[in-house]
Amino acid sequence: MSWAFLRDLLSGVNKYSTGIGRIWVAVVFMFRLLVYVAAAENIWKHEHDEFECNIKQPGCENVCFDHFFPVSHIRLWALQLIMVSTPSLLVVFHVAYRENRQKQHNQKLYRNPGKIDGGLLYTYLISLILKTGLEIVFLVLFYKLYNGFKIPHLVKCDIKPCPNTVDCYISKPTEKMIFLYFLAATSCLCIVLNLSELSYLIFKYSIKCYLKRHMKKQQ
Amino acid sequence: MDWGALHTILGGVNKHSTSIGKIWLTVLFIFRIMILVVAAERVWGDEQDDFVCNTLQPGCRNVCYDHFFPISHIRLWALQLIFVSTPALLVAMHVAYRRHEKKRQFRKGDQKCEYKDIEEIRKQRFRIEGSLWWTYTSSIFFRLIFEAVFMYAFYFMYDGFRMPRLMKCNAWPCPNTVDCFVSRPTEKTVFTIFMIAVSSICILLNVAELFYLLTKFFLRRSKKAGNSKQQPNHENKEETKQNEMNELISDSCQNTVIGFSS
Repeated sequence: MSWAFLRDLLSGVNKYSTGIGRIWVAVVFMFRLLVYVAAAENIWKHEHDEFECNIKQPGCENVCFDHFFPVSHIRLWALQLIMVSTPSLLVVFHVAYRENRQKQHNQKLYRNPGKIDGGLLYTYLISLILKTGLEIVFLVLFYKLYNGFKIPHLVKCDIKPCPNTVDCYISKPTEKMIFLYFLAATSCLCIVLNLSELSYLIFKYSIKCYLKRHMKKQQ
Repeated sequence: MDWGALHTILGGVNKHSTSIGKIWLTVLFIFRIMILVVAAERVWGDEQDDFVCNTLQPGCRNVCYDHFFPISHIRLWALQLIFVSTPALLVAMHVAYRRHEKKRQFRKGDQKCEYKDIEEIRKQRFRIEGSLWWTYTSSIFFRLIFEAVFMYAFYFMYDGFRMPRLMKCNAWPCPNTVDCFVSRPTEKTVFTIFMIAVSSICILLNVAELFYLLTKFFLRRSKKAGNSKQQPNHENKEETKQNEMNELISDSCQNTVIGFSS
């Protein structure tokens, strides 16, 4: 079980997406997943070992690290990637349910089980809303937990067993900050893509509905 | 999810590229991505652990390392490779869109005579003309821009491409100016120069491909202009028919050769 699983999942989703949905999948693959695996993971690899406090008191470094990094940035990033990709599964499940139903009744119930209409449209819209919501939640979490996306060089720590206020130095703060900004930028891009897809679908199907009603009235 | 997935995505684009484009892709995968994964990552693997400063002051090493390496070479290369590979996705999306349209037309029954089945549409190689030409050319243009930007960023951040052995650091909390020693400076310099050289080769390949596409475009335009100027008479119609047939034959030959080689 690794990121390849997520990649295969998203490839499956790609089939039932709109054009903007496919751009979203490409952005998630290239600019988030690939950057995470190829670059970001290694920056945070030895963050605990390289976290150094100006003290010899045993346990002080551990306690300070735990205080300043309750959940490591990289773990939050991974969680965000997984959570944000998961709502697309709703669409896959719905299509599978449709195909199953068709098989059970042994007749063509849907013109095309993968086409976004009827109930599948609502599932798709819900998945878009969930995706956007989760992105926003994680961005806010990042911002609140770490006071913005800045990472300081030095943090002052005075938790027991540290005897006094102790200077603790974080490793590679600039590099981490660059990648956090990159994460925030790609997150915002994905939010924009999701919102435009949402408005596009709502607009398209309201026009369709309106035209159908108009034609019925004329008849 | 790793570079292998990128290989799968870009491999699909390979079919619709020019010959120079195929060479570029090979150079990208063998001389850049493979070298990065197999060799360069190991060289930079222990960079902070083995970055040693001549002081016992805790924190001085961290701060000095961060000051001299705001973003590590290896991360910059990984980002460069990702950004440089992304424009090819534009071409992949355009091809997928065209295939989708052709499949739709096939289902409606418009092009039954041209394709025997949907498999043929899936396997078809599209010629780089029309709107695909514009997408392809803009993808090459963006590639060039990204390569140049990253090379400049590299040069700007690290004052050239050499990795010095010794750096003098006096950032707080280092007590005075402190000597800090980089691990494996010569090996890192060698790899940096290698990566820059391959980047330059890729830039040259992209420029050559751009010129090739532009030349093809202008030649095709002048041919069309020349054809439309001639008065349409019976003999010319037959000539043009024969020309079209010759083109089709040469195209199908080309397709078989390329299909063979890919």
